[in-house]
Amino acid sequence: MIEARGLTKHYGDTTAVSDLSFDVRPGQVTGFLGPNGSGKSTTMRLIMGLDRPDAGLVTLNGRVYHDLPWPLREVGALLEAKAIHPGRSAFDHLWALAQTNDIPRSRVSQVLDQVGLASVARRRAGKFSLGMGQRLGIAGALLGDPEILLFDEPINGLDPEGIRWVRHLLRGLAAEGRTVFVSSHLMSEMALTADRLVVIGRGRLIAEMPVAEFIACNSRQFVRVRTSKPAEVTALCDALAGAGAQVADDDGAMCVTGLCAAEIGELAASVGATLHELSPQMASLEDAFMELTRDSVEFGVHDAPDDDVRPSDIELAPVKR
Amino acid sequence: MSVVTAGAPALPPGSYSLAGALRSEWTKLRSVRSTTWSLVATAVLTIAIGILATTTEAGRWAHANTGDRLAFDPTSLSLAGFLFGQLAIGVLGVLVVSAEYSTGTIRATFGAVPHRITVLAAKVAVFSGVAFVIGEVLAFSSFFIGQALLSGSAPTAALSQPGVLRAVIGGGLFLTVLGLFALGLGTIVRHSAGAITAFVGIFFVVPLIVEALPSSIKDAVGKYLPDNIGATMTTVKQGFRTDVPTFSPWVSFALLCAYAAVTLIIGGILLARRDA
Ligand SMILES: Nc1ncnc2c1ncn2[C@@H]1O[C@H](COP(=O)(O)OP(=O)(O)OP(=O)(O)O)[C@@H](O)[C@H]1O
Ligand SMILES: [Mg+2]
Repeated sequence: MIEARGLTKHYGDTTAVSDLSFDVRPGQVTGFLGPNGSGKSTTMRLIMGLDRPDAGLVTLNGRVYHDLPWPLREVGALLEAKAIHPGRSAFDHLWALAQTNDIPRSRVSQVLDQVGLASVARRRAGKFSLGMGQRLGIAGALLGDPEILLFDEPINGLDPEGIRWVRHLLRGLAAEGRTVFVSSHLMSEMALTADRLVVIGRGRLIAEMPVAEFIACNSRQFVRVRTSKPAEVTALCDALAGAGAQVADDDGAMCVTGLCAAEIGELAASVGATLHELSPQMASLEDAFMELTRDSVEFGVHDAPDDDVRPSDIELAPVKR
Repeated sequence: MSVVTAGAPALPPGSYSLAGALRSEWTKLRSVRSTTWSLVATAVLTIAIGILATTTEAGRWAHANTGDRLAFDPTSLSLAGFLFGQLAIGVLGVLVVSAEYSTGTIRATFGAVPHRITVLAAKVAVFSGVAFVIGEVLAFSSFFIGQALLSGSAPTAALSQPGVLRAVIGGGLFLTVLGLFALGLGTIVRHSAGAITAFVGIFFVVPLIVEALPSSIKDAVGKYLPDNIGATMTTVKQGFRTDVPTFSPWVSFALLCAYAAVTLIIGGILLARRDA
């Protein structure tokens, strides 16, 4: 269990984290989502007691990090990929960490095996790829067999196979009753991995809820409708508006929200419009996430005067019925 | 609060301690090549300069004047290489801390041992042990090699003569405490290049500046300079390698220890307070 209360951290003029409170519960994977620079890594460092908060408190199973008697046996963390001396082998890197918390040497080999680095364990880590660095970081987090695990962007640099492996690992750790807190920019990945979400933007809490609820609240469904004749478009638009639907233009097609495909089809028939397309769509979770954090994106690209995300700009996933 | 006990096993009694941190720091130090290279560089510089100094003296002793013959200190001459060996051990001392920042491992280190002063104490202890052993091996090697090269051409010293053993042991002590000073600098500055530059500045540039000052000022401040402290500690006949009034060898050593203590204490305070 991780409990953050009123965490605030400034770096000079930058407010990295502002009055942030959330809980991370055992037995679940909690996804920590936010755009670049939203304060995810800072929050991780505050949890670990590496940076000192200007205000607020964060406890791990009721204790602040500094008071843990066996930190590595209680909390495991992957903060940065490749945070290793390039001249040191993976084994020696982990062995040096293990020694501080009286963790046996056999455990080092065990975690190296678990992350698939056994064959390169004695090689100097300077030659490791980004993915291998991530695996070594994950091995470091698992080293003390801790109850609480923190992962800052663990899938960065991993191939699809590696991403699947991390997903399974995190779910497995949570299934064992552990507290798993994992940051990401990728909503779609968190939808597959996490049970709960903590979403932040510009260092502030935006949402804290179960993933299912997030999906239900935030995925916009609409139906794309296409007819050929301008007269039919006008007639259908009027009929749809009359039935209480909203219609938006999407590159010559109509994006209809508020009515299901069957209702639209019947309306079209009643006004005599010939439909060339009638397809239910769902804006992806990524869009929902972007929508949610839009006002808080620090390094957003503001090109057009109207930077609303139009349906045609976003990747659409057909709804499965 | 009810805590779900996970698949994680129960914790052992007690808590992490300095002992574990010491073992960890020893593993870190011996597992990177930069340690080997720094120590090899220290050894080569110290021994080679000693050989150069003693062979040169052996060659020109026959033509030396009476004043030079009276002042001659074969012990000090054979230990002249320590002035250069200090540079390499200083680099190692800096790297012991700064490499953790440049590679990012400092966060894992503090994650494992949140009490940061314990980490610093372990680094100090392990580094001191290594530097002292290497320093004394080099001191005795330099001494015996130097005396062997001088013998037959010039007077030599023996460990049984007054002050000689003290001067030889002083070589290893000088190297050790100087390395600790550098370790403290590395803790304060955190960047390898910056800390090494500061170290070189203090040990090689400041003496050059002092050398250029009027002799009244030079005589007043000269004895506080680390190079003169090193010369005093490794010399039997004071004045052989210094041209300013100096403190006695042990007072000089105490002064060097004070310098190291200051950088380590400032470094320790900053370490505990700063964000990692
Ligand atoms: N040590 C630091 N010194 C100064 N500013 C910092 C420091 N660490 C973070 N910041 C600033 O704090 C803000 C939050 O950064 P942080 O790294 O926590 O974000 P993040 O959510 O992890 O971003 P990303 O997704 O890019 O990893 C940023 O504006 C960043 O520039
Ligand atoms: Mg980050």
